[in-house]
Amino acid sequence: MISENAVSAKPKVCFYWCASCGGCEEAVVDLAENILDVVEAVDIVFWPVALDFKRKDVEAMEDGEILACFVNGAVRMDEQKEMAQLLRKKSKVLVAFGSCSHLGGVPGLANLSDRQSIFDTVYLDNPTTENPDGVVPKMTHEENGRSVSLPEFYDTVRTLDQVVDVDYYLPGCAPTPKIILGAVQTLLSGNLPPKKTVLSPDVALCSECSRKDSKPEDLALIEFKRPHEVLIDEETCLLAQGIPCMGPATRAGCEAQCVNGNMPCSGCFGPTGRVKDYGGKVIAALASMVGSNDEEKIVEILDKIPDPIGTFYRYSMPSSLLRRRRMRTVGSHTN
Amino acid sequence: MREEMNPGVGEEKFEPRIICFFCAWCTYLAADLAGTSRMKYAPNMRIIRVMCSGRVDPQFVLDAFAKGADGVLIGGCHPGDCHYQEGNYKALRRYHLLRRVLTGMGIEEDRFRLEWISASEADRLKAVMNDMVEKVRALGPINSVPRQEVFAEEVIV
Ligand code: SF4
Ligand code: FES
Repeated sequence: MISENAVSAKPKVCFYWCASCGGCEEAVVDLAENILDVVEAVDIVFWPVALDFKRKDVEAMEDGEILACFVNGAVRMDEQKEMAQLLRKKSKVLVAFGSCSHLGGVPGLANLSDRQSIFDTVYLDNPTTENPDGVVPKMTHEENGRSVSLPEFYDTVRTLDQVVDVDYYLPGCAPTPKIILGAVQTLLSGNLPPKKTVLSPDVALCSECSRKDSKPEDLALIEFKRPHEVLIDEETCLLAQGIPCMGPATRAGCEAQCVNGNMPCSGCFGPTGRVKDYGGKVIAALASMVGSNDEEKIVEILDKIPDPIGTFYRYSMPSSLLRRRRMRTVGSHTN
Repeated sequence: MREEMNPGVGEEKFEPRIICFFCAWCTYLAADLAGTSRMKYAPNMRIIRVMCSGRVDPQFVLDAFAKGADGVLIGGCHPGDCHYQEGNYKALRRYHLLRRVLTGMGIEEDRFRLEWISASEADRLKAVMNDMVEKVRALGPINSVPRQEVFAEEVIV
């Protein structure tokens, strides 16, 4: 799998992970036998989850020596930022792989909070936490004349392109085998799309959804329902059934896998090209479908969507226009 | 607890900046009328004329707040009076959903307002504007711009 031969002529590729769940790594492995063709064609020079190369190996490379580097995960700590910067320097093409890297992803919802509150909850306040001495992680620790350090944990989670220049985006939580292979083939073909392209069709998911024919032109919903509250019909458009489906606001490319599994789209492919704020787009789309002109009734119908931020910004808070919840302070923390 | 969320509260000089999206058929004309009748109202409003309150995309409001608006006011025709029939109802539905998102993001309710003001209601416009300016002044500056700068600074390569 790995070329031991330093003078391999194959293009060099690497994978890295930042703040992520590991699902994107899994997605690469999920390419199954298809990955073999890829592996045949390239030399994987760095992939911490699978191969024993170290940061110093990357540091020893020439700038631009790696053809393509796929980075998944959001940037939540300074160590991730440093790795992103290093990999940027060493790679010709840097690809943000998956929702977290592309838009901030689920870890990005931590932007509703900040470091202090997260540490308090995790290390001190959780009912299941026993920490009588109130020990919380520190960035450095000295003992017997030796010192160890931990990366700095930021207040704010960032997308990859808020930290380094990114060439392409592979959307999805996780990206599907089809779009990963498509991207790899595109990159290897040498026929590169314009920089900053999101490597998935720039249309809304509804356009490739098998239920699109049952999606009414004009919806007038008098109730929003949550998937566990109803028996979901397997053929009708979910929105027509009152289930908030993010399909109309979400980029296509996944072939409506969630909808095919009878669950609403939750928006992991993010917005289409002209949208600046994914959640804003969802608000516009969903609110327009409320079937009442009476203010009280409108509020009542909308109240059936229990967690608007978590629903509309599930994968995109750091890339939203506001980026994070307002912090109590400006600049008391530098991040 | 660290510093206040709204530093600057109580400081005398804080003049809120309020972005207004006014419907061309009603509230914008009310502002015009207020002007030609030489009414005085708080000079804190920056008015953007739109063809209907239904034209106000939630992204406009988010963008205004992200770029430093201390408040956002949407003005539209009274229910039943929208030139495009349903636009103001659309605005109303969006307003309520967006308001919930904004408060969750730490933007207080008084900073975001939707009002129905017809072309003849210059008095009402004046009252709404003055009231909003006072409420937002009491909340203090939103400080999005320094916040966004702090955000960017740290990651400058
Ligand atoms: S709203 Fe959801 S279920 Fe309906 S067509 Fe679009 S993607 Fe399919
Ligand atoms: S035309 Fe005034 S709100 Fe629609």
